[in-house]
Amino acid sequence: MSFFSNLFGKKNTAPVARERLQMLLKHEKVGNSHNQLVAVLQEEILAVIAKHMQIDRDKVVVKMDSGNEVNTLEIDIEMPSPARA
Amino acid sequence: MAAKVLVVTSGKGGVGKTTSTAALGAALASAGKKVVVVDFDVGLRNLDLIMGAERRVVYDLINVTQGDAKLSQALIRDKRLDTLHLLPASQTRDKDALTSEGVARVMEDLRAQFDWVICDSPAGIERGAQLAMHHADMAVVVTNPEVSSVRDSDRIIGMLDSTTARAKAGQRIDKHLLLTRYDPARAARGDMLKVEDVLEILSIPLLGIIPESQDVLRASNVGSPVTLADPSSAPARAYMDAARRLEGETLEMQVPGEKKSLLGKLFGRRVA
Repeated sequence: MSFFSNLFGKKNTAPVARERLQMLLKHEKVGNSHNQLVAVLQEEILAVIAKHMQIDRDKVVVKMDSGNEVNTLEIDIEMPSPARA
Repeated sequence: MAAKVLVVTSGKGGVGKTTSTAALGAALASAGKKVVVVDFDVGLRNLDLIMGAERRVVYDLINVTQGDAKLSQALIRDKRLDTLHLLPASQTRDKDALTSEGVARVMEDLRAQFDWVICDSPAGIERGAQLAMHHADMAVVVTNPEVSSVRDSDRIIGMLDSTTARAKAGQRIDKHLLLTRYDPARAARGDMLKVEDVLEILSIPLLGIIPESQDVLRASNVGSPVTLADPSSAPARAYMDAARRLEGETLEMQVPGEKKSLLGKLFGRRVA
């Protein structure tokens, strides 16, 4: 609770709940095969990193793009700050 | 201090086991104890969500019991409190994947690392609930002042006294009643089982009375134990008192909505 939300009545928490659930359920329900591969890659990459440090799930982003010539796989990993690692 | 293993159990679902696990765990951790809360609800985990750690779960209890991950890799340290940790349950695995040998090994390792190991039991009286209580030294029986909840609690108390490792070794398991979702308005109207009625029926000592409150719902919405989200709220204060009683302190029991002194009326609402 921030100072202001305490001062001017409490902020609504329902939107936070909605957003957290949507994010969570998106991860738990994996759809078609293309998404499936991306999800499997993300899980396995996460598993390897999590053996060595704590990391938030959304800090590992895996994207696949199909172009005319080549398909690209983009993996973006944001490392936790050393203090929390 | 030797580690204490505490199971939070009830038999009935929806009475507040997970909420209470998170709130008591955070209260004990705030007091400087090293605490781990362990989710035993395989397939229907929710403690991660209530603790606000759902985006950080990679390995879980079953991964550890099966040797796929080390305990240190599965433990999630709370972002607010360095002394508070979560060991999540598996969401995807079958609950039969949890073996009693595996659980025994993990519990032994946790005992070596923590002051408090708090096991959040699944509802029911099946395997999962039995595994959650098996290694406990103490139990918090979460009960609503409502007939079906009291009946199920009675059943669970019977199991605590017969199927746990302590019971089988002829030792006593410390049992405490936590009365949750207590509604002062209904109590005043005489439409709710009285505290003394529930105590008489279950005949175990009272750990605390947690009032029904919007603050509990708000805390779970934002993914924070109510004792951290809103420490000055009535349910948070009741949980903090309960945690101190677990540590052996003797405190006067507050019945929500009853006998507020004038000072209490003037200053007791929201001092912090």
